[in-house]
Amino acid sequence: MKYVDEYRDRAAAQRYARAIARLTTKPWALMEVCGGQTHSIVKYGIDELLPKQITLLHGPGCPVCVTPLELIDKATQIAAQPNVVFCSFGDMLRVPGSSCDLFSIKAKGGNVRIVYSPTDALQIARENPDKQVVFFAVGFETTAPANAMAVYQAHEQRVDNFSVLVSHVLVPPAIEAILSAPDNRTQAFLAAGHVCTVMGYEEYIPLAQKYHVPIVVTGFEPLDILQGIFMCVRQLENRRAEVENQYLRSVRRTGNLPAQQLVKQVFRVVPRKWRGVGEIPQSGLGLRDEYAVYDAEARFGVAAYSAEEDSECISGAVLRGVKKPQECPAFGTRCTPEHPLGATMVSNEGACAAYYRYRRFEQRVAGATRGN
Amino acid sequence: MCLAVPGKILNISGEDLVRSGTVTFGGINKQVSLAYVPEANVGDYVIVHVGFAISVVDEKEAMQTFEYLKQMGELGELEQSS
Repeated sequence: MKYVDEYRDRAAAQRYARAIARLTTKPWALMEVCGGQTHSIVKYGIDELLPKQITLLHGPGCPVCVTPLELIDKATQIAAQPNVVFCSFGDMLRVPGSSCDLFSIKAKGGNVRIVYSPTDALQIARENPDKQVVFFAVGFETTAPANAMAVYQAHEQRVDNFSVLVSHVLVPPAIEAILSAPDNRTQAFLAAGHVCTVMGYEEYIPLAQKYHVPIVVTGFEPLDILQGIFMCVRQLENRRAEVENQYLRSVRRTGNLPAQQLVKQVFRVVPRKWRGVGEIPQSGLGLRDEYAVYDAEARFGVAAYSAEEDSECISGAVLRGVKKPQECPAFGTRCTPEHPLGATMVSNEGACAAYYRYRRFEQRVAGATRGN
Repeated sequence: MCLAVPGKILNISGEDLVRSGTVTFGGINKQVSLAYVPEANVGDYVIVHVGFAISVVDEKEAMQTFEYLKQMGELGELEQSS
């Protein structure tokens, strides 16, 4: 067992799809929170295996997509400064800011580097003591332990030329924002398996009770997602609203305690702006005062900068599950992965990019049919 | 972004926050931090995200997706025959 291919078995997937169809008697709208799950669903055509009554809404779970415009601008402002090495996960480089993206800073000679891990950025800082090395610390709870470790080690080893531009967001406040919105359509959630691997799922229990929604912690392979959908629909049909765990091979009820401990030591909970959504209270992480010296916003004097978002892009409605990508007039025409208007088209895990990559031809056909 | 991949631990060195090991992902080996999985041993599968193992794969629980299907199949047959 390698824990990958086994969960892509076609016959097993079809059995799950038949079981879901047998169970479903009413229309239900489910939201998968995580962009990795959105990618799997569209790539493997999981939504097309489901009965017509079941709608999958694509949630806000892509940190690249929800990083606010002004933070991208801050990143490009810092990366354009001389003597700076700006390190980032690769998918942040094409996210459009107000006037440019990180790739165009790199093209103009800026020292922008793609790294696999925040500790790689820390290593670059150790090797280049005469340069300022900045890491773009974006992510959900899954990535927070890695970023916390980089900051902690920089502090312990006095790597003073290292800093982080933090844009960390948290899933439960986003779920609450979706559920409390007047135009909410979501009746059940597939919670993000790797976020819960780190954090556990106890904080979802009050949400399930308060809003009476089933929440099923779900993995990322096709069979994981189908089983998660089955568990959601079974709860909906039986009028239950509980937190269940499909991704048992990785997720424990209380999560990863050593990881949570270091995250708490380095970060504190702060309000955060979400691209396309606006500010959500207590929805992100910022550095604690003891580690504030590693805050790139303060170090490079960009903390006070703010920017307004483009009004044509409907990514906010897409992120909340209110609209589907192809409902946007710019989809696939003025907005493509090469020239994205908004972040849901940039990231591989963004709903718009996933539809563009796997669905744009059939959407055009559907659009043409509707037009006739 | 929250992509995490299962791999098998080949060796372990260091302790506490600098504990790390070589993890193989279908033949590709990488050095991975094991600081957050103190319970992990050589031969275990771990879920790895941006260079950090965030959990040890539970072999028994890994089978439940298939067990569940088996149970459902049997239940479905029972329902059909009744």
